[in-house]
Amino acid sequence: MASGGGHWVQLLRLRPAFEGCDVSYLTTSGGYQRDVVGARVFVVNDASRWNKIGLGVMTMRVAWVLLRERPNVIVTTGAAPGYIALRIGKMMGARTVWIDSIANAEELSMGGRLAGNLGGLWLTQWEHLASEGGPQYAGAVV
Amino acid sequence: MIFVTVGTQLAFDRMIRVVDAWAGASGRADVFAQIGPGAWRPSHIEWSEFVTPGEFDRRSRESDVIIGHAGMGAILTAMQYGKPIVIMPRRAALREQRNDHQVATARRFSHRQGITVAMDEHELVDRLDQLDSLVGADAISDRASDQLINAIREFIHDSP
Repeated sequence: MASGGGHWVQLLRLRPAFEGCDVSYLTTSGGYQRDVVGARVFVVNDASRWNKIGLGVMTMRVAWVLLRERPNVIVTTGAAPGYIALRIGKMMGARTVWIDSIANAEELSMGGRLAGNLGGLWLTQWEHLASEGGPQYAGAVV
Repeated sequence: MIFVTVGTQLAFDRMIRVVDAWAGASGRADVFAQIGPGAWRPSHIEWSEFVTPGEFDRRSRESDVIIGHAGMGAILTAMQYGKPIVIMPRRAALREQRNDHQVATARRFSHRQGITVAMDEHELVDRLDQLDSLVGADAISDRASDQLINAIREFIHDSP
């Protein structure tokens, strides 16, 4: 799962990690099927915590996709919709991977901070943001 | 061709106005800008509010140089195609973004070959005047570091 734009470009760079898996993708912009030919791609509206109605609609749509796909593992590079997907997925028994965007070089994103409460794999792409009790650093998309 | 992009969400007129004025003054006719949603319109360059992912990819690939806000979509795409890119960060104080993470991104990526930073519109004017001398780095691979890929792969296959 990744929002459109830079989050999506980062997720694409992680594809070798999914080799051998049955993968479906969830994003917030149309037109990305061309990047992942043959895979199932779902689109939900984008929304942030500043837009309560949009957030509600997006949450319902994410839940619907997850109920349909029943993922074992959810991997996201953010942003807010990715965090929502991890939250709902966790309730459904999925294991979660949050990779904070490489754009967050000085502090974790809001979703990135919250994702620490989900268990699962919790990563930053900046070594100086990793800490004991915080996210781990395990390399970056570039 | 010069491809200018402000990303998938917001307009960034402070940057586009500089590029538009520069194209008008210099007579550059090969500029295409994706300008985001807004009321202001350029008059010296070709533009569109948004482009599809397919068009974004094609224009990036066909460009000689990319000019972008300091977003990762623009930066990573330029690196993947080995294109030189000039990046200018959005500022929270000017309501161009909710925080200043693009300023941090611009600083962190400024040392990379092929990436030129303009911290504000004055620096952007200087960069545009030297645009033809910019060269891209070698194209990077289309995959993240092995360390990151292995960490995710191990987690996926590590049964709960």
